[in-house]
Amino acid sequence: MTELIVRELQVKLEKKLIVNDIYIDLSVGQWICIIGPNGAGKSSLLKALAGIIPSTGEILIDGTNVRDLSERDRACWIAYVAQEPVMPAGMRVFDYVLLGRTAHLKMLATESPKDLEIAHYVISELDLNDFIDRDVATLSGGERQRVAIGRALTQASPIILLDEPTTALDVGYQQEVLELIDKLRKEKKIAVISTMHDLTVSGLYPDRLMLLADGQVVASGSAESVLTRENIAKHYGANVTVIDHVSGPIVIPERDRL
Amino acid sequence: MRTAMARRISPLAWVVSAVAVLFTLTLGVSIGAVSLAPLTVWSEISSNLFGTISSANSSESTIVWQLRLPRVLLAFVVGSMLASAGCAYQGTFRNPLADPYLLGVSAGAGLGATIAIFNGSGSSKILLPLAAFAGALGAVLLTYSLGRSAIAGRSSTALILAGVAVASLLTAIQTLIQQQNTDKIREIYAWVLGRLSTSGWNDLAIITPYILVCIVVLLRYRRVLDVFAVGDEEALTMGLPVAKARAAIIVAASLGTAAAVAVTGLIGFVGIIVPHILRLIVGNSYRILLPLSIIYGGVFLVLADILARTILAPQEISIGVVTALLGAPFFLFVLGSSKNGSVT
Repeated sequence: MTELIVRELQVKLEKKLIVNDIYIDLSVGQWICIIGPNGAGKSSLLKALAGIIPSTGEILIDGTNVRDLSERDRACWIAYVAQEPVMPAGMRVFDYVLLGRTAHLKMLATESPKDLEIAHYVISELDLNDFIDRDVATLSGGERQRVAIGRALTQASPIILLDEPTTALDVGYQQEVLELIDKLRKEKKIAVISTMHDLTVSGLYPDRLMLLADGQVVASGSAESVLTRENIAKHYGANVTVIDHVSGPIVIPERDRL
Repeated sequence: MRTAMARRISPLAWVVSAVAVLFTLTLGVSIGAVSLAPLTVWSEISSNLFGTISSANSSESTIVWQLRLPRVLLAFVVGSMLASAGCAYQGTFRNPLADPYLLGVSAGAGLGATIAIFNGSGSSKILLPLAAFAGALGAVLLTYSLGRSAIAGRSSTALILAGVAVASLLTAIQTLIQQQNTDKIREIYAWVLGRLSTSGWNDLAIITPYILVCIVVLLRYRRVLDVFAVGDEEALTMGLPVAKARAAIIVAASLGTAAAVAVTGLIGFVGIIVPHILRLIVGNSYRILLPLSIIYGGVFLVLADILARTILAPQEISIGVVTALLGAPFFLFVLGSSKNGSVT
């Protein structure tokens, strides 16, 4: 049972405080979604957890301090899917998904049959068999996200960080990708931390929301408790109506009627 | 279920490559002021290697073993090094324009050679290469320390910019020295344009160990070069120690290039053209590109050297001029006739 504990996480870039005083407790199978206005520090928080940008504070996984780990060992615990994953022209979907095994290979080693098998397994799990020989650069937005998630699954880390996994997608693909993440975290016991832009969508699948403003957590908990008219007015400067719905709160911007 | 393998060189490509290598080596030794039959060439080589009886007479024997074979092998080794270094730089910097001289190797070697020539060591078979090697290595070290401290090693752009700055500085110093000693400009120029005329096996024996080690190191990083393709941030989160891997690749590529430049001067275009033509044929995976760059870099430079020796025979053209004159238009032709024109 993997557990991620974050205490007093702080990110400073060029002496400016970007993210401050973050606490997270997360177990496998759970999904936390970070929301907040542009520039609140959502992506920076994820990048700090992924080890891309420096940070201070504790990041513990099952009691192990992540900061003591090598790049490889850290990657065995935490996988990261960027907002717009780089899709190198000329790389096949299979080769791209196989890159996920890097964390489990010595730097100068090449993949064993077992690594190839894992990549194949993930590819059929994600229904990517028809894409296997496609050039990743020619994929559509939704296909790219699925392939990138496939790479993260091949990495076989119990924690996956997803930066805005649905922002570039239309509503159909959005639903498909979110359903996929939801299914995977439950079936494979993966802990997920994602950021999201669309407030209504953010309330649909994750267990908990964390509202970030100016790098600080200003509200966290269930979708119903975070997505309130007051919170959104205060931190987004938006005038909205929140409607209760069986799927989760629906956030509708209000129009000023003169 | 479809099963795919990791990228590797096909058996057909291996066969084609082996034939290409044997063919160009034989051609390189056969062609020249005195034409030799391929059979004579191999019989002489075999007699030197295995003690079989040679069908070559004594002057043919000298031409094969003392003059042409060392030169052809030197061309091959240097071509392999330049092409694989270019290929490795392109991968680790994710920049298709990266060449083996990216980090100031050429300017450093040029300055080192210039200083040696003006100190009267220009005719020395030992001091001139040594000065060029020291210059090349010094330039790369300078580039690396400047680039790293610029943004704490987090951006490879800083390193490339530092390379440009160091190259400009060293070239300026070189020009300054030249202007004060105009009588030796001709000698410098001959060096800068590159040449493969050798002192028998000596040059080859000096640089081959360095180059071999560097090539083997680069070859072992071929999978890592594919990981670099997704960019530093994502590569890091996949568990690649990005800074460490890049440093190792840079050291191997620079050291090998410096060794090659020290003996042959500056031979341009090999490091860009060969990997890029291969890209258009076999795709972008470095698992395939790097080994093939080693093979066809060698083949390319042997062929270029044959042209350099024969076009204006008995006069010899500088090899660097040949690679540029023929390589650039050929490259443009291949680029234009490729289906999508994409080289990245």
